[in-house]
Amino acid sequence: MWEYTEKVKEHFLNPHNVGEIENPDGVAEVGSLACGDALKLTFKLDENKRIKDAKFKTFGCASAIASSSALTEIIKGMTVDEALKVSNQDIAQYLGGLPDEKMHCSVMGKQALEKAVENYRGAPALEAGAKIICECFGVTDKEIERAIRENNLSTVEDVTNYTKAGGGCGGCHDAIQQIIERVKAEPKTDTKPKLTNIQKIRLIEETIEREIRPSLKQDGGDIEIIDIIGNRVIVAMRGACSTCKASEITLKDFVQHRLQELVSPDITVEEAAK
Amino acid sequence: MKTIYLDNNATTQVAQEVLDVMMPYFRDLYGNPSSMHTFGGQVGQRIRAAREQVATLLGALPEEIIFTSCGTESDNSAIRSALTTRPDKKHVVISRVEHPAVRTLCSHLNTQGYKITELPVDKNGILDLENLEKSLTSDTAIVSLMWGNNETGVIFPVEEAARMANEKGILFHTDAVQATGKIPINMKNNVIDMLSISGHKLHAPKGIGVLYIRRGTKFSPFLIGGHQEKGRRGGTENTPSIIGLGMACELAAKNMEKENTYVKQLRDKLEKELLKKIPHSRVNGDIENRLPNTTNISFEYVEGEAILLLMNELGICASSGSACTSGSLQPSHVLRAMGVPFTMAHGSIRFSLSVNNTEEEVDFVIEKMPAIIERLRGMSPFWNQSGQACTSQ
Repeated sequence: MWEYTEKVKEHFLNPHNVGEIENPDGVAEVGSLACGDALKLTFKLDENKRIKDAKFKTFGCASAIASSSALTEIIKGMTVDEALKVSNQDIAQYLGGLPDEKMHCSVMGKQALEKAVENYRGAPALEAGAKIICECFGVTDKEIERAIRENNLSTVEDVTNYTKAGGGCGGCHDAIQQIIERVKAEPKTDTKPKLTNIQKIRLIEETIEREIRPSLKQDGGDIEIIDIIGNRVIVAMRGACSTCKASEITLKDFVQHRLQELVSPDITVEEAAK
Repeated sequence: MKTIYLDNNATTQVAQEVLDVMMPYFRDLYGNPSSMHTFGGQVGQRIRAAREQVATLLGALPEEIIFTSCGTESDNSAIRSALTTRPDKKHVVISRVEHPAVRTLCSHLNTQGYKITELPVDKNGILDLENLEKSLTSDTAIVSLMWGNNETGVIFPVEEAARMANEKGILFHTDAVQATGKIPINMKNNVIDMLSISGHKLHAPKGIGVLYIRRGTKFSPFLIGGHQEKGRRGGTENTPSIIGLGMACELAAKNMEKENTYVKQLRDKLEKELLKKIPHSRVNGDIENRLPNTTNISFEYVEGEAILLLMNELGICASSGSACTSGSLQPSHVLRAMGVPFTMAHGSIRFSLSVNNTEEEVDFVIEKMPAIIERLRGMSPFWNQSGQACTSQ
């Protein structure tokens, strides 16, 4: 038995806005019978271009029906731009949360909304270049790529667990496999995890200690970190370096170069005012 | 609100008579049946009586009965024993509609180097014995086929299948968890080597099962430990449940006729009326070769979980083969194996009755179901007002 919130039960047992608007401004159908859930969304705008009415017809489980009901309630009164900002998390939150296995129901709502706006505008509403790969759960290639990179996924099964993509009819397994191969073939630097500030500071310190200072010391010089502000590393040159005419070059060509290579390509190194 | 329980293939209510015989063994007669003293020994005698009660229901010998913890343990023990006692053989034959206790074990065995053949079924869930014949090789250790299907109630010709395996010297196991107590089983009239039973499907408590092993069949224990069950299943006996199961088997023998007349008539009425009152509905599985208590009906263009939850609001309990109810993303493997169209599989509801159900209950369900389906169809994008289905998908 699913642990549905009272709000989910309420929207399932007494769903709001069931039906279809005649002559709608935007209409979309997502999902399919094969996948076990499907949603037809229609909306109408008022003279101020705000969503006056939204209705749905849904084939699916209780959470699919409740998510559809929640979606139509949420978007009423919004402009289409505002509506596009509604995320599947917003839909789930409106319902007081959904079981993990049922999150795809809220994704279906989000997908229908995007498609309906697309239909209204006659132009893609999705982020540029994003293409739906998994029709069943409305997962785009961008989302799949992101999940693969951020979680270092290597199988279709992994991708299904993280994004639901490929968990329905299975028709997109080949496409997902191709995306995995494409992402895996990318240069490694792209897969470097994003560092937290603390991690970055530590890595800068370590790099200077291990890779930079020993070289400078060979020439009687030294370096000290004064401050790190975002990607700006402020240092003071010590010993022989402090009087060396070429210290500017050392700083950019050696210190900055090594830090960019080993920590982040966005690092810049500056010398502290003397 | 009154509960109308039509989910007896999931589990059954413990019979009052069963509970009554169990009660003394929790607090008064709590001795260990293996003990030397009379206090424990008397429990051992009572277990012997229970073993005889189980054997009688199956037409078996008492020494052919091993008590286990559940149907899953029985299934696992049987198949693993066959592979252990025939270490040179690496092939197992099952069907595509087996219970997860068999199917998932076999997928696991597959990763351990065993070859698994999953026999197909036709659109009515029926097994083609010719396919079985063709699948048997000199490498086959065991064939495991269920007697009655838990989702559709379809009955497999296991006695005939066992003969085919037997002729080739291959072991035969059947998961009779759903069939036991619903259709006559007489192990004297067949050559089935091993058979699994689960107590809670026949009004005994959960946590007790049986593995029947034909006398003379080599057996390698799954649970290794003490000398209990003649060393074939270690672990202190679950005395109250064993004694309860004995009584449940006695009751099952008594109720066998009622299952096949009274329960069957209730099931048939429910099925006939629902099909009549609700358009675009159909029965999944063969109508003839079927357990008397089960019907699996698909209501097209609506989803099973939603149906179940609306039934739940009225106190009606049943199950669904829909994807959403299981937490997986696909509908039931049984319905898929039968090639039930997705439009039907997602809206499948299993009603499973027992001798405890009444005609009033069935009438209530018949009265309430059409409105439930109509309400959900009213929300479905695949259903239009004229009652004509949109079949573009």
